[in-house]
Amino acid sequence: MQTIISSEILTSLVPGESAIIVAIQTDDALRQRLLALGFRVGKRVELIRKASFSGPLQVRIGTTDILLRRNEAAKIAVEKS
Amino acid sequence: MKRVALLGMPNTGKSTLFNRMTGGAARVGNWPGITVELLSGKILFGGDMVELIDLPGIYDIHGFSEDEQVVRHFLHGNVPDLALIVLNATQIERQLSLLLQLKQYNLNMVVLLNMADEAKKFGITIDTKKMSAALGIPIFLLSAKYGNGYQEALQAVTKALRYNTPGMAEELRSQLEQEVHIESEMARVLQHAVQVPARLPDNLTTQLDHLMLHPWLGLPIFFGIMYLLFQGIFFFGQPLQIGVGDLFNWLREVAFAPLVASLPALLQGLLLDGIYNGVATVAAFAPIIVLFFLFMAIVEDTGYLSRAAFLMDALMARLGLDGRSFVMLLMGFGCNVPALMGTRVMRSRPLRLLSMLVIPFSLCSARLQVFVFIAAALFAPRAAALVVFSLYLFSFAAAILTALIFKRHFPNSEPFVLELPPYRFPTLRQMVLRGWHEVYHFIHRASKFIIIGVVFVWLLTHLPTSAVPAGPDTWAGHIGAWLKPLFEPIGITAELTIALIFGFVAKEIVIGSLAVIYGLSGQALSGALALQLDWVQAYSFMLFTLIYTPCLSTIATLRSESKNNGFMLLSLGWSLALAWVVSFVFYQGARALGY
Repeated sequence: MQTIISSEILTSLVPGESAIIVAIQTDDALRQRLLALGFRVGKRVELIRKASFSGPLQVRIGTTDILLRRNEAAKIAVEKS
Repeated sequence: MKRVALLGMPNTGKSTLFNRMTGGAARVGNWPGITVELLSGKILFGGDMVELIDLPGIYDIHGFSEDEQVVRHFLHGNVPDLALIVLNATQIERQLSLLLQLKQYNLNMVVLLNMADEAKKFGITIDTKKMSAALGIPIFLLSAKYGNGYQEALQAVTKALRYNTPGMAEELRSQLEQEVHIESEMARVLQHAVQVPARLPDNLTTQLDHLMLHPWLGLPIFFGIMYLLFQGIFFFGQPLQIGVGDLFNWLREVAFAPLVASLPALLQGLLLDGIYNGVATVAAFAPIIVLFFLFMAIVEDTGYLSRAAFLMDALMARLGLDGRSFVMLLMGFGCNVPALMGTRVMRSRPLRLLSMLVIPFSLCSARLQVFVFIAAALFAPRAAALVVFSLYLFSFAAAILTALIFKRHFPNSEPFVLELPPYRFPTLRQMVLRGWHEVYHFIHRASKFIIIGVVFVWLLTHLPTSAVPAGPDTWAGHIGAWLKPLFEPIGITAELTIALIFGFVAKEIVIGSLAVIYGLSGQALSGALALQLDWVQAYSFMLFTLIYTPCLSTIATLRSESKNNGFMLLSLGWSLALAWVVSFVFYQGARALGY
């Protein structure tokens, strides 16, 4: 029997949780910028915290902390391991 | 002269290194993309003069931001004899991609892995020999902040400069787009030379952020810090200011007055009551300026500004702006001009224009002088601090109102993605350099604007000679009378109107010109203002000063950054109209309530 892989988006993680990036579904300009900041398919990303009032997220990839809005985070598909 | 370019990602300590190498006072700030203009300095390397250029920090040589384009254009037009690549050792795994991109340009390169001290704390070990061999480039670990490893790196640079520039191939751009190749090479090098622990140890930054970015406490802490900062400026700055003012008065009595006693009365008046009083009143603000920039430098260099962007982005998004606009707004508290130039990091033009429209409402340090002086003259010490704080709130309110009104004319969908640097404690050296840099600028401006300004004010208020000085028959009196219908409804007297006209050039002149108009300085001027004005008039004057155009330099910057006269006129007209309406509502409202 095949295991069903449940793919989620980055915003659905709770603080302290980490997951593997499975897809980055953005336009080219943002994609290039995310790549430069270390977002790549197969990389582990940890959600550190969410700002109140639907503010941005703080995530950690390797040793780099990055802020991004929920809009942008919603375009990054992840898979909890 | 040989050319050396400093290249690297934002926040790698490039500017700190540049400062250390040139011994100069380039701005150092812990904020991605602060280096908006090309700084350069001349230094001696192994007996030869070399020009060192600090290029803007970039993430990606193929990127689309203005800074990335600036770097590409610079490299195309001015092939450097040597590129000094500065990488952050704590983020080596992702910064390596930029190095590999640059390597394909066939540039003569030396790599400096900066922040070796921080990498050590994280437990990251980098074998520079193995890495150097894998890449075929000289690589050095150093700490630009503390100077470790600096001498070895300098020797390598001197050695590398002896080789000739290999030149740059034309079809490099297409060659560089082989991302696949770069990624596999990154993996190869990282695998052999770098070891990073699976999970970073819980360090001070994590603990501090736990408190500073707390969902409920974060914002109150932020406003608390801002409030304490400016209370501190007031508390420490004012006694110093009074001391410097007294010193100037004493010098006038014992040295300058006897010196010019033999000159004709008119010239004596111009020199003593015009230039000397004006300059003395303004010079007394130097301690406040030093304190202000010292405190701002601490906030900026510690990395707290990026945290402020995180906390405020939710609100800024509703205003059609983003967290970076807010940080620029805060930078504007120092001076509006660099804050306007800092908006270059935004790619979307509507977002940039909207940010540029709100930044001039930031209560800059020049306006702070005016408010500190008038608040101290008209209010009790405890109330004076609150008055100045309330003006900061009005400054935010004017910015918010402007964004709300204009946001639909500047729609944007720019993504907000930003790096969050760890907290760093600025070294004493950085703070002193920064403080000195700002005071130098202040004095530089003072010598240019303020002396010309106060001479003009003195002439306007003392000519023709038949009129009573600063009376209704002087030229200034005529201008005041002509503008009376406009300024009387907002409680601003003829004397204050003249000061406002000069404040259009630079706010630094406002108090200096009041000193000339009244022929008094320091405490005596405060006394005269307290006698002539009541608090409602004074507050209305401060509101108008806060909101109307900051200064000519800001207008010139708005024009050069937007490259659009219409936009500059919009900003100018809107701020004048808003200033008048706000002052009118406040003044008439307060009078109607019986104050």
